[in-house]
Amino acid sequence: MIHFVVHEEGDGVGVVVVEGVKAGQELTGWIMQEDKEIRVTALDDIPIGHKVALRDYQPGDTVIKYGVDIGRVVAPIARGAHLHVHNVKTKRW
Amino acid sequence: MAMDLSRATFWGYRRENGRVGVRNHVIVLPVDDLSNAACQAVENNIKGTMALPHPYGRLQFGADLELHFRTLIGTGANPNVAAVVVIGIEEGWTKRVVDGIAATGKPVTGFGIEGYGDLETIRRASRVAKEYVQWASELKREERPLRDLWISTKCGESDTTSGIGANPAVGNAFDKLYEHGVTLVFGETTELTGGEHLVAARCRTEEVRRKFQFMFDRYQGVIARHKTNDLSESQPTKGNIAGGLTTIEEKALGNIQKIGKRCLVDGVLDKAETPTGPGLWFMDSSSAAAEMVTLCAAAGFTVHFFPTGQGNVIGNPILPVIKICANPRTLRTMAEHIDVDVTGITRRELTLDQAGDRVLECMFRTANGRLTAAEALGHREFVLTRLYESA
Repeated sequence: MIHFVVHEEGDGVGVVVVEGVKAGQELTGWIMQEDKEIRVTALDDIPIGHKVALRDYQPGDTVIKYGVDIGRVVAPIARGAHLHVHNVKTKRW
Repeated sequence: MAMDLSRATFWGYRRENGRVGVRNHVIVLPVDDLSNAACQAVENNIKGTMALPHPYGRLQFGADLELHFRTLIGTGANPNVAAVVVIGIEEGWTKRVVDGIAATGKPVTGFGIEGYGDLETIRRASRVAKEYVQWASELKREERPLRDLWISTKCGESDTTSGIGANPAVGNAFDKLYEHGVTLVFGETTELTGGEHLVAARCRTEEVRRKFQFMFDRYQGVIARHKTNDLSESQPTKGNIAGGLTTIEEKALGNIQKIGKRCLVDGVLDKAETPTGPGLWFMDSSSAAAEMVTLCAAAGFTVHFFPTGQGNVIGNPILPVIKICANPRTLRTMAEHIDVDVTGITRRELTLDQAGDRVLECMFRTANGRLTAAEALGHREFVLTRLYESA
């Protein structure tokens, strides 16, 4: 069963595509472009559609999704944690 | 097996100017806010007509007024419309709208309220509307080649599943339609922010690229002049954020999945401007759903692909809006709004190619007359874009 989807290899985030992911749960991910599977342990409850970090981040780091810059990290994020507006901000406007 | 589009046809209404519509509306079009009541009274009198009330049309000037006229005339001229009754508070601007629509050759008559009052105007306009609706009811659909379709796209209440499933499904369909000479459009200028370089790289010529960049920079200037914060509750919206989108860059990268992988941007349009040939066009436009879809209808597009994540419920009075969704929760909670379910992509059960074919299959059924969810549910959002304050 696929719990999260990653657009391409090298992206630092996956998107949870099932409801009810809980902290501590072992998640299976599908890297769409390369058609590969990866695994990560969720550190937080993560709602459907929200992102799970696939690596550790420090403030100032850049988050890559679709192979492209989607914003800057503003608080430390551990692999498996919920990555969203509380720890990542836009670099534009 | 992939859908073969090489000899694909649909059944549409061929209009006086050669364009082909997929609906046969007789509309009652107000020039201004003051004329809404009379238009709605005509709609009530004459069954099968549709009034398009809106809040503007007074004291506008310059480019904003030009856009107002272009949108009203374009709406009346759209081949999904068989005939038009126009009502305005006075005869001058009413005639301007009537003349613009009349250039298509379709039946159109205008009425000014001043000197008659609402009741006499409603009586006169209703008699014409009755003739139009009975005439239109005898028009027949005929078989037309795929290239006679004009397809627009804009997504709404997007979330991360839009970028994974619904938008790439539309992109796959766009790639296939592009090869067969269909006229296509996308827009949402601010919603390309963070991915604008990818769109620029897809422009067919340097001139197209320069025009695109001009439109993009112009809109960024509007944001810069008026913003009070980082726009993180409007772009991305609260709904986008609830759905998991974090930044405008992430939203933009999902958004541009709608233009597929292969098709090139052949030209650039200002708001509500009509394309001059087939291919993929970029139209400078708001990213607000009803504004953008109204501009597409005014530009002459006849079927709209609308991918959604969290479940935008939008429709349009004259342009059938097909909803495509890849979010299983949205399908569970508000399936009545969704025309094409592509949730299988997130479960690895549906390939992108299959999802694109599902979009195309729904497109043909819709073009042939099947009502979309938004049409069946009565969604007729007609929202005019304003550029600045009235005088």
